[in-house]
Amino acid sequence: MADTNSLDVIRRSASSDVPPSVRTHQEVAKLIDVSRCIGCKACQAACEEWNDVRDNVGVFSGTIQNPPDLSARSWTLMRFSEYENPKTGELEWLIRKDGCMHCTDPGCLKACPAPGAIVQYANGIVDFVEENCIGCRYCIKGCPFNIPRYSAQDNKAYKCTLCSDRVSVGQEPACAKACPTGAIMFGSKGSMIEQAADRVLDLHARGYENAGLYDPPGVGGTHVMYVLQHADQPELYQGLPKDPEISPLVQIWKGGAKAFGFAVMGLGLIGGFLHYITVGPNEVPSEAEREAVELEREEKVKQAAEQGARR
Amino acid sequence: MASLAPSFGRGAMTNDWMDIKNADLLIVMGGNPAEAHPVGFKWVIEAKVKNKARLIVVDPRFTRTAAVADFYAPIRQGTDIAFLNGVTRYLLESDKIQHEYVKAYTNASFVVREGFDYKDGLFTGYDADKRAYDTATWEYEIGPDGFAVVDETWRHPRCVMQLLRKHVAPYTPEMVERICGTPKDKFLKICEMIATTAAPERTMTSLYALGWTHHSSGSQNIRGMCVVQTLLGNIGMPGGGINALRGHSNIQGLTDLGLMSELLPGYMDLPLQADKDLDAYMSRHQFKTLRPGQTNYWQNYRKFFVSFMKAMYGSAATAENNFAYDWLPKRDVPTYDVLRAFELARQGKMNGYVMQGFNPLMSFPNKTKMTEGLSKLKFLVVLDPLQTETARFWQNHGIYNDVKPADIKTEVFELPTTCFAEDEGSLSNSCRWLQWHWPAQEPPGLARTDIDIMAELHLRLRDLYAREGGAFPDPILHLHWPYEVARRPRPDELAREINGYTVENITDPADKNRVITPAGRQLDSFAQLRDDGKTACGCWIYSGCYTEQGNMMARRDPHDPDNRGIAPKWAWAWPANRRILYNRASSDPQGKPWAEDKKLVWWNGSQWVGFDVPDYGPAIPPSQAVGPFIMNQEGVARLFVRSLMRDGPFPAHYEPFESPRKNLLAPDIIGNPAARIFKQDLAELGSSEKFPYAATSYRVTEHFHYWTKHARINAILQPQQFVEIGEELAREKGIANGGWVRVWSNRGALISKALVTKRLKPIICDGRPVHVVGIPHHWGFTGLTKKGFSPNSLTPVVGDANVQTPEFKAWLVNIEPTTPPAGEMV
Repeated sequence: MADTNSLDVIRRSASSDVPPSVRTHQEVAKLIDVSRCIGCKACQAACEEWNDVRDNVGVFSGTIQNPPDLSARSWTLMRFSEYENPKTGELEWLIRKDGCMHCTDPGCLKACPAPGAIVQYANGIVDFVEENCIGCRYCIKGCPFNIPRYSAQDNKAYKCTLCSDRVSVGQEPACAKACPTGAIMFGSKGSMIEQAADRVLDLHARGYENAGLYDPPGVGGTHVMYVLQHADQPELYQGLPKDPEISPLVQIWKGGAKAFGFAVMGLGLIGGFLHYITVGPNEVPSEAEREAVELEREEKVKQAAEQGARR
Repeated sequence: MASLAPSFGRGAMTNDWMDIKNADLLIVMGGNPAEAHPVGFKWVIEAKVKNKARLIVVDPRFTRTAAVADFYAPIRQGTDIAFLNGVTRYLLESDKIQHEYVKAYTNASFVVREGFDYKDGLFTGYDADKRAYDTATWEYEIGPDGFAVVDETWRHPRCVMQLLRKHVAPYTPEMVERICGTPKDKFLKICEMIATTAAPERTMTSLYALGWTHHSSGSQNIRGMCVVQTLLGNIGMPGGGINALRGHSNIQGLTDLGLMSELLPGYMDLPLQADKDLDAYMSRHQFKTLRPGQTNYWQNYRKFFVSFMKAMYGSAATAENNFAYDWLPKRDVPTYDVLRAFELARQGKMNGYVMQGFNPLMSFPNKTKMTEGLSKLKFLVVLDPLQTETARFWQNHGIYNDVKPADIKTEVFELPTTCFAEDEGSLSNSCRWLQWHWPAQEPPGLARTDIDIMAELHLRLRDLYAREGGAFPDPILHLHWPYEVARRPRPDELAREINGYTVENITDPADKNRVITPAGRQLDSFAQLRDDGKTACGCWIYSGCYTEQGNMMARRDPHDPDNRGIAPKWAWAWPANRRILYNRASSDPQGKPWAEDKKLVWWNGSQWVGFDVPDYGPAIPPSQAVGPFIMNQEGVARLFVRSLMRDGPFPAHYEPFESPRKNLLAPDIIGNPAARIFKQDLAELGSSEKFPYAATSYRVTEHFHYWTKHARINAILQPQQFVEIGEELAREKGIANGGWVRVWSNRGALISKALVTKRLKPIICDGRPVHVVGIPHHWGFTGLTKKGFSPNSLTPVVGDANVQTPEFKAWLVNIEPTTPPAGEMV
């Protein structure tokens, strides 16, 4: 994907230089309304068809969830949870479409040591560029949602692309197109937050007092969001993390050790150390600036969410 | 369909898929549309999201539909009538009915003949030997004016309203709980929710499918809801109706075109042996109007019939030979349904079987019996796009099809056909739309269309008869065959024939020289049909689908005025492009809509207008009090269906033939007393002592029937068979989730992996638990999925009393943990 879309890239893995990113894009988002998902797996079928990937015909393993897990050839998966609500005494069957969340602050990208193997576009999509992938599997460690999967066949990692190829030509992702009940919506992030607010109000009226939007700030918000009946307990939905964060190990790697390593490679041991002292401070402001921008964006998203929730 | 026609006049989903979005309340009972109809289910979600509608699901299992419901209640399979009669009782007792509607548009006030009664679980006139009723008393009292006697005050003890009150009296909430296992508080909560739709401005839609039809009292399950919806005034209303969600994309087309052994196209019936000639046949189809001035459209039966015969036999059908009436087959039994066919096959009374798109080895009850029957045929012809199990019934597939090929002498011919995406034609969907489709790709290999194969078969048979003669060559030799290329009739040629055309010039009755419609013109509608042989029409209800304006089924204009869910120019719907049946009832007797946001068709002072095509005479003023149910002789909806159903004019609770419980209301009665059951099949029923668990079969969303296991993606999404049981039963039996179980009935056994789930809970009936064993059916011994068993290795051979749909949804099994079959890794 990267060649045609490189002008849209705002971040590249393992690259200190900022990509040109001459084109600006509205941030997009997929909103998955779990309360109207019927678990039909049309999204899984559409994903396989559009991307032309086929998993193996497996076996029954004690769940109607099939394939049993995400894989290098299954990029999205309906996860089914049977939940007996202690408050109502009623059974609930919570069905969540799992797949890449397309974090604003992507742990996979941060963890990735291969230059340009993971990119983030201006529209928010986080994409794997497999030709640059070295198969180290750090992205798997870096992801707080346990999404990327490694393929031993070609020594590459794979995950949902949010149909970046379709989105770049103005189409919605294949799963959203196939979803028969409109449980998967797609649009600008702002409009999706508004949609979610409507849905949350409706769920409140139906007695789900803790219904809400899942757009976790720990990863800067996501470009795949959920409307959950129990937003206070996302872990009910087969372990959706409550406060996902990038692993501290990745933060250290990204923050200090990585820069250190590159410096060592470029300039030799002592000279490099000296250079780090002088060059380092130059990098700090740009990092800090970016963080500030991201913080501001988070704030906006939060405000919009709150506004939405109040409506 | 066998309950909707007796209730309202036509055997079809009353409303439209899109119209479901207009409902204020949705009740899913006897169905699981989120799984079986996921695409159509978008309209349920639309109702919830846009209309803030509430969804009720009543099901023995917590299904994917229940997952998005606002209220779920369990029910033991096969007890829906008790539940529904309980709802009716609640509505009558608490006076939550739409009085003006019920007064004007139903037969509540009609007085029934003296002698009619219901006692000890039986209606008057039961003959135990014949397992049938003499239905003489199930009719209205006829007054001196020749019309049915009515009592508008509903005080007459024999008026339908009084009889209905009496009939449903035993179905108290307590009794409902004892029979159905639906907790009383949940039942009453549902009753309250339903009762809110008695208000004219609120409607409830009922969505059902095979969960109601697959019972020995299947038709009466639906009747139960017909009564509820009629009392609530929800028929003919946007967002209302009884919506039969059909099991196949074209199964509505099957009954519409008369592909039932007892039917002719357009819901006419095939003559009986007793109908010696056309007059005798017509004497059974008088359809005398039962109230003054009613439309009673079936009065035109002769026009439909004669036009059909002209389409069949062309110029060989003449007034002199009674339009070739003698060439039609005559029934010696009520039906030659599949259950009877295989009974005859098992008895060795059938030589050959031609199967088109049909996989009975998997799809019909008691696989052992199916195999026996197929093994006694001399030949079997299978026309199918897929490699069906039936075509390979003689092959040994280990435990999955344990037969000895050397012992089977049946010669099998497999003719590969195209599938819907490889040919042209129309599909009739649940809501009666005829949608034309075009081939998306060339058929593979040697596959040919069914039309080509049937045409070739006919032409060769015709040649043989022409050359060699035979006992009865006329129906074959004279079959009208007007197609441009005889061997390859085109779908549009057939469609034009089905629509109907003028055979001769139609002249002005006042001036014989003035031609109104010349010969050879496509008809605009069935209103033009004649009984003098001047029109031909293959299926009268489809008349209007292919007119002089062209192929109406191929229209694709989605414009939907006022967003009412009608879209009148998208494809074409029978009858006459009406989208919501009985829509005259959406207005009050004065012709004014019951509610502004539910307006559909109304009287504007000089004619009926609205969003839909009025299902009514367009210029009949409200003052004439013509009923909105124009197919019925009474002009009104029937709460009491007279003698139109074999097992009773009101729905009554009967247990399934194999049930874990006795009939609490009539302990001596086993099953539906009017359902047919063959001797050996009766002997093969199992008892609840040996088989204590209530089994049911069903579909899961990942597959369609036995087709999609041949498709890779579907095989990935649900690769292997499983049997669902609850945690309590699993604990009791020592069955592990994902472990292997053996399930057996009195007719066979299967081995499968188990899915232990919270979604199946013991259903507490009369204080004791009934454990449910759920057996989805999709896996067999052909295709890309793992090999598996059909639940029909276990099911009993007994069908609905009216249409012989087998009792797939309620029978008895036993279950135990077992070891993996040989060759299975886990």
